[in-house]
Amino acid sequence: MVGDKGAEQAPQGAGDASRLLLELRFPAAAVELQAVRRAVREALAPCCAEQEICCAVLAVNEACMNIIQHAYGEEEQGEIILQIYDAGEALLFRLIDFAEPVDLSRIKSRCLEELRPGGLGVHLMNSVMDECTFLKCPDGVGNVFQMVKKKRMRRNDDVSDT
Amino acid sequence: MYPTHKAGDYLVIALNGEVDLYYSPRAREQILGALESGAHVLVDLSAVEYIDSSGVASLVEGYQLAREKGLRFALVGVSQAAMQVLQLARLDTVFPIYEDLDAALAAAAQGQGSADERAGP
Repeated sequence: MVGDKGAEQAPQGAGDASRLLLELRFPAAAVELQAVRRAVREALAPCCAEQEICCAVLAVNEACMNIIQHAYGEEEQGEIILQIYDAGEALLFRLIDFAEPVDLSRIKSRCLEELRPGGLGVHLMNSVMDECTFLKCPDGVGNVFQMVKKKRMRRNDDVSDT
Repeated sequence: MYPTHKAGDYLVIALNGEVDLYYSPRAREQILGALESGAHVLVDLSAVEYIDSSGVASLVEGYQLAREKGLRFALVGVSQAAMQVLQLARLDTVFPIYEDLDAALAAAAQGQGSADERAGP
């Protein structure tokens, strides 16, 4: 896994005040996910409350799973780029892959009244994030999936005063 | 392999650590394998630090197979991290969940804990 942490640059469409907290480029493989979750947790620890970190870790993990399982599929080898930006009032998570563009009509959160093993990932992402959208790829190759989480708590809001 | 032990007429499968896309296939294999062999299954989630939708899917598959076979299937000692995901998936009211092994065994002695007792969605 290749990681660059703490670089200062503004993402396209995320405002000039955005700060890159984390950028990782890693193989789209299940074995990588544990390290990705650790990196997300470490990147957010200085600026987010524990509950927000848990939500972010869950959503990023599910988004990576979707890329591994559905964008690339079992046969295809590929890479994922994860970028996390602090955009002031919100955190912005961007996942970039180089697979065939996904058919957006096939992505839907399943009805939870229907008990079946698959299809929970989209629901989990939508539950913990404020926005989940696919952005238009600049060069028409691959997919850019963006999630936005509005900040609601300061770092120490989940620590009780004594 | 996740550790297992017998408790009453249950086989207890103790998942642990991070049950994600990499590790959930072995959880699924063990849970379904135990049910296929006719065992009542308790899945101990007390040492689970993280579970994603693939891990939850393994539990759902186990629950469904138990219902098909008329076996008991329940979760015990669900860690906070696991419960958070079950609640987000609204599965915390679907699975029979017990605080600990003693509670699960006491419920079994009273004839509770069958996977088909709960109507489920």
